[in-house]
Amino acid sequence: MSDTFTLGNKEFTSRFILGSGKYSVDLIKAAVEEAGAEIITCSVRRANTQKHENILEYIPDNVTLLPNTSGARNAEEAVRIAHLSRELGCGDYVKIEIMGDTKYLLPDNNETVKATEMLSKEGFVVLPYMYPDLYAARALRDAGAAAIMPLASPIGSNRGLSTKEFIQILIDEIDLPIIVDAGIGKPSEACAAMEMGAAAVMCNTAIATAGNVEQMASAFGDAIRAGRKAYLAGTGRVLERGAEASDPLLGFLR
Amino acid sequence: MQINGEKCTPDGRSVMQIIEDMGLKKEMVAVELNEEILPKDEYEKYVPGEEDVVEIVQFMGGGAF
Amino acid sequence: MEGKKNQFFVDGKQLSEAALNRKHELESDPSSRTDCMKFMPGMDQIDPTIRNTVINEMNNYDYNKYTDMDVRRALHKRVIDVEDFKALLSPAAFPHLNEMAERAHYETGKHFGNTVYLFTPLYIANYCENYCIYCGFNCYNDIHRKQLDKEEIRHEMEVIAKTGIEEILILTGESKKKSSIEYIGEACKLAKEYFRNVSLEVYPANIDTYKYWHECGADYVTVFQETYDSKKYETLHLLGHKRIFPYRFESQERAILGGMRGVGFSALLGLSDFRKDALATGLHVYYLQRKYPWVEYSLSCPRLRPIINNEKINPLDVGEAQLTQILCAYRMFLPYAGIVVSSRETKRFRNGIVKVAATKVSAGVSTGIGDHEAKYTHTEEVDTGDEQFEIADTRSFDSMYSDMEKEGMQPVTNDYLYVG
Repeated sequence: MSDTFTLGNKEFTSRFILGSGKYSVDLIKAAVEEAGAEIITCSVRRANTQKHENILEYIPDNVTLLPNTSGARNAEEAVRIAHLSRELGCGDYVKIEIMGDTKYLLPDNNETVKATEMLSKEGFVVLPYMYPDLYAARALRDAGAAAIMPLASPIGSNRGLSTKEFIQILIDEIDLPIIVDAGIGKPSEACAAMEMGAAAVMCNTAIATAGNVEQMASAFGDAIRAGRKAYLAGTGRVLERGAEASDPLLGFLR
Repeated sequence: MQINGEKCTPDGRSVMQIIEDMGLKKEMVAVELNEEILPKDEYEKYVPGEEDVVEIVQFMGGGAF
Repeated sequence: MEGKKNQFFVDGKQLSEAALNRKHELESDPSSRTDCMKFMPGMDQIDPTIRNTVINEMNNYDYNKYTDMDVRRALHKRVIDVEDFKALLSPAAFPHLNEMAERAHYETGKHFGNTVYLFTPLYIANYCENYCIYCGFNCYNDIHRKQLDKEEIRHEMEVIAKTGIEEILILTGESKKKSSIEYIGEACKLAKEYFRNVSLEVYPANIDTYKYWHECGADYVTVFQETYDSKKYETLHLLGHKRIFPYRFESQERAILGGMRGVGFSALLGLSDFRKDALATGLHVYYLQRKYPWVEYSLSCPRLRPIINNEKINPLDVGEAQLTQILCAYRMFLPYAGIVVSSRETKRFRNGIVKVAATKVSAGVSTGIGDHEAKYTHTEEVDTGDEQFEIADTRSFDSMYSDMEKEGMQPVTNDYLYVG
């Protein structure tokens, strides 16, 4: 039985998603070849006359491009960016990122719900990046999100799963793929997220800033596969509450 | 008028000519004219005027810094 | 337990020959009965997704495939999922009853502390248009019928409120003709004067009716599905509105859509395969909670009891230990749900189970009509209606309250306010 997950009408085998910020040709090559990435995010920016590099040239055909709406400060701006990205001709996938705070760069859940509703009505496959709040996640589900992407830690911080308890609640309660995004710093943290039942993990900085990009991409790929395997196997017995009580609770049964 | 946030005066160039002068190809970009998408088959015909705000964008690396 | 069966059919002497003929026809000839899956005209039909999901899961449940290892793994998981719940209800879990009780005790404490909620049921009418062959109120059973009028209801409520009870559960037999929507609405309005919480356990209704009853003061609706096995259901509920299986199944969801704060569920254990029924009851709550997370949910776990004119009815293979297994599995799978253990169970059992899984017990119970004063003061009963079933725990509110304190529990009579 193949273990896949679905976004929109596409099935994916790899549970590693690469963020392509701080990208280089090496990073993308390593992510695809060493970690098996099938989805790579990118952003939409103003064209200029100085730099004419086209990221699409480095992305293999079998990889799905997931444009984000970074730079958007509210739902309307996110919708505009999504329209532009669709016009660029790489499909209907969009990752909504709305940040109204330049100090912490935390996503604005309220605006994200609005944008998700507008774009999913237009037929986009919407993957909202969000702060892991149960009510917001439910609202995003009801608004038509294809998956939920809660942050693990402040973006770019490499601090790991600091929102672990809350991401676990989303995994338990929301019947959509939960893709852990932002803040994953080490393969062990990606593995832990997968053991918890996350559908996929997205990372960028941890690999892009590693001493050896290629090796780190490979390590992430292994960690994510191991975590997934452990989740599917069902974690074993862990004694948490010590030995059985001396005063049996069922003494009343005859 | 305004192109990618910079003020400039209309010079009779079409959107297509502006893109090519930037050293870009039609396939690589998307164009927004006054906050609406400008379809690609209009690039040749449309010549932006005094009041127009034009955004020319392309994909760049990005995500989960 | 193979071969052991309940004998439900009893012919009352009061029945005319025509009535007897009809009764026998219904009992012996399935083709004389209506299609229990077909909605009657005027019945609301809502999205059937949850019903279909629950019934599918139940039909595919093969409890003999679960192993000791499956049970051990489930016992120590952080969150009990649907598969774990199935393992915990299986025969393989029975040898682990003590560990299940430990985990259930821990979960109950986590969500409810050591509180136990006390309430009392008030039957205001025993008229019924259904022929449910195991029930004392069934329309062919020869019992004394009665319906309280407004003043009698008020009197009963005064008597009950004086004991200190703050939550009342209003019950009727299922006769929409005798106990009209308005009659029940008026009873709710009266109850609101005397009690903080008003719950209803009456015939299933449409969304608009639930909305109206909610406006009258009711805040909680309980409907027992009795059995989730529609084939078995068909052979037990031979006549009346209750025969419509899907309409009854969707009662709680309609009540939620009508604005009720909480809903209660139950299978009557002993009617059919109790493991499948327990699974379906738990899943019914589980899927509704995911769709309506703001609602309060509770489960009851009645076992078959003797009724007037048939003292031989019994819960067959559902012993106290099996019941305990079910309750522990419910608690582990649905840690947030209230669990009600009724006076059908003994004092000994109820004192014990509140420390493991139950959170709500009834006290000062009479399943008869209009006899609270007589029961509470031990005076002669005057014109009262007959009972639905025999109860096993006859403790008054006062003695229940003090017994719970002696057991180290904290009795609670109310934990929220009606806010409309």
